[in-house]
Amino acid sequence: MTDVLSAPLVVEFPFTRSLGPVQSAFLTGLRERTVLGVRTEDGTVLVPPVEYDPVTANEIRDLVEVAPTGTVTTWAWNPSPRRDQPLDTPFAWVLVRLDGAGTALLHALDAPGPDAVHTGMRVRIRWAATRTGAITDIACFEPYEGEPGNSEPAPHTGEFADPVTGIVAPARLDYVHTPGRAQSAYLAALEGHRTVGERCPACRKVYVPPRGACPTCGVATAEQVEVGPRGTVTTFCIVNIKAKNLDIEVPYVYAHIALDGADLALHGRIAGIPYDQVRMGLRVEPVWAEGTRHPDHYRPTGEPDADYDTYKELV
Amino acid sequence: MRDVAIVAFAQSAHRRRTDELSEVDLLMPVLHEVLGATGLKANEIGFTCSGSADYLAGRAFSFTMALDGVGAHPPISESHVEMDGAWALYEAWVKIMTGEADTALVYSYGKSSPGRVRDVLTRQLDPYYLAPLWPDSVALAALQAQALIDAGDTDEAALAEIAARNRTAAVDNPYAQLTGDVPSGDHLVHPLRTGDCPPIGDGAAAVILAAGDTARALCERPAWIRGIDHRIEAHGLGVRDLTDSPSARLAAQHAGAFERPVDTAELHAPFTSQEVVLRKALGLGDDVRVNPSGGALAANPIMAAGLIRLGEAAARIHRGASDRALAHATSGPCLQQNLVAVLEGESAHA
Ligand SMILES: [Zn+2]
Repeated sequence: MTDVLSAPLVVEFPFTRSLGPVQSAFLTGLRERTVLGVRTEDGTVLVPPVEYDPVTANEIRDLVEVAPTGTVTTWAWNPSPRRDQPLDTPFAWVLVRLDGAGTALLHALDAPGPDAVHTGMRVRIRWAATRTGAITDIACFEPYEGEPGNSEPAPHTGEFADPVTGIVAPARLDYVHTPGRAQSAYLAALEGHRTVGERCPACRKVYVPPRGACPTCGVATAEQVEVGPRGTVTTFCIVNIKAKNLDIEVPYVYAHIALDGADLALHGRIAGIPYDQVRMGLRVEPVWAEGTRHPDHYRPTGEPDADYDTYKELV
Repeated sequence: MRDVAIVAFAQSAHRRRTDELSEVDLLMPVLHEVLGATGLKANEIGFTCSGSADYLAGRAFSFTMALDGVGAHPPISESHVEMDGAWALYEAWVKIMTGEADTALVYSYGKSSPGRVRDVLTRQLDPYYLAPLWPDSVALAALQAQALIDAGDTDEAALAEIAARNRTAAVDNPYAQLTGDVPSGDHLVHPLRTGDCPPIGDGAAAVILAAGDTARALCERPAWIRGIDHRIEAHGLGVRDLTDSPSARLAAQHAGAFERPVDTAELHAPFTSQEVVLRKALGLGDDVRVNPSGGALAANPIMAAGLIRLGEAAARIHRGASDRALAHATSGPCLQQNLVAVLEGESAHA
């Protein structure tokens, strides 16, 4: 059995999200060191505020300003902060009900240790030095022994100069990808410039690249079958727009290629022939580049074109 | 109304890593086992529905690859939920109730080993106020646990007992990942210790549903779904009372759970503290056998662990170890969304 391959895989993307009027006022307010809540239909002040009443689902727009001080309603001590969390030293996760608010907000509390944290303790916001209109404009909470803020929230228009209308939320997740037995064997064979598929024990079809199972029969494929290296273009398209980070002159041809002995076409670029002369049935062979696991492209073999009947099931 | 039953259940052995297995490799033996138990072939199934999440293993459209294991050609009637398989079962149940199918194959799988599941799960949170802080799944469960301790509902010793009871029960479960005498360990996020948290691992599960006489023909003692419902709470954690689960209670009420006592409950409580919440919300007394399988504290393949609760409860009815069982599945942080089903064996119904 072939050794199972593994490789680091990073999935990283910035989510760009627009804000509703209440979220916009709240996040712009944080930028201006002002905490806003919204009053629900039953009079509860929600902080952080939402666009719709959590109970009635009606639109709510009645904004109020609450204090930057509050009370911890529950907490959890985090001895090992993880990447991207608000503090990089041990801290407490806290739900804090700000003075004047009826609900609690999740954030971090900077405290020396779990013994210094308890439910009911008084805290205040520590503002981030640089604020952009995001929940992270609150750097964290810190213990606070001073006077409580006004428990009666003040009405607020929610209007600020230059309001924030959207956020960009970056996200990065790290994986170690293992492709499993079938793909590991396929990739290992490619290293020796051989293309090895797998045959279904039931319908006898040969799948390239193998995915471990026959999608028609729903059974495991295991018998390895070397296919190609030559094959037939079953269909193709002409690419006229240059792809980002891809150093290939346009126009070029991208094709489905049925390697000899395979029952599933794979795809690859066709070169070594003018793009407007590529055709269905064209016989091609792989051209390998140094130091890569996959053919760089396929080029014509010079053989006569394949008869349509020989590949029509694979189009 | 049609009578619909779970007639077969299968699951994989749940393991910390399954590097040699792709998703379809993990799933296929389970599909073959559950089909084999009924003698049905894939093309004889009326509807197929699956539950999984691409973020777990970081593979886009992994569920389409997993479908290779079903044998979906010629095209079958099929659907997928980006949720625990318990919700796929709910969709399949609805499909059968409408009369559009008489049988359904429901499966789910989760491969958490390639990623860091505590971080991955932050991506399901509110993107404006929560996700930018990356509060991981253990941290959120710990906030709920502390709220329970403050309310006098539990303490660390009681939580340790819950862990021990589940993992002792799991000794008899050959599929479980973490069984027997497991140390409480250090605080992972205070007040939760490593022992209060579920194992991280890979696994898969499948069930077959069938209606009326088809169910009777396929299974000696079908596990009839007497009621099933799911409910959700507000996404703002600070809006909810974390010591209670009104959504679980409401789902149970709609599923008919309170009409007669159950003898068994399979609760999807990945953290010990969540069992405290659910017992209270569902009114489960000491006479109810809770998690004879060991529950999610013994094996927690994410996206499959809820479906496994339904499967485990059904399997006990199949073999006559239960007459009326409650099965529960959860989704989201701190038991935000809850599904409850009531299953019965035939003699209890008569
Ligand atoms: Zn086949």
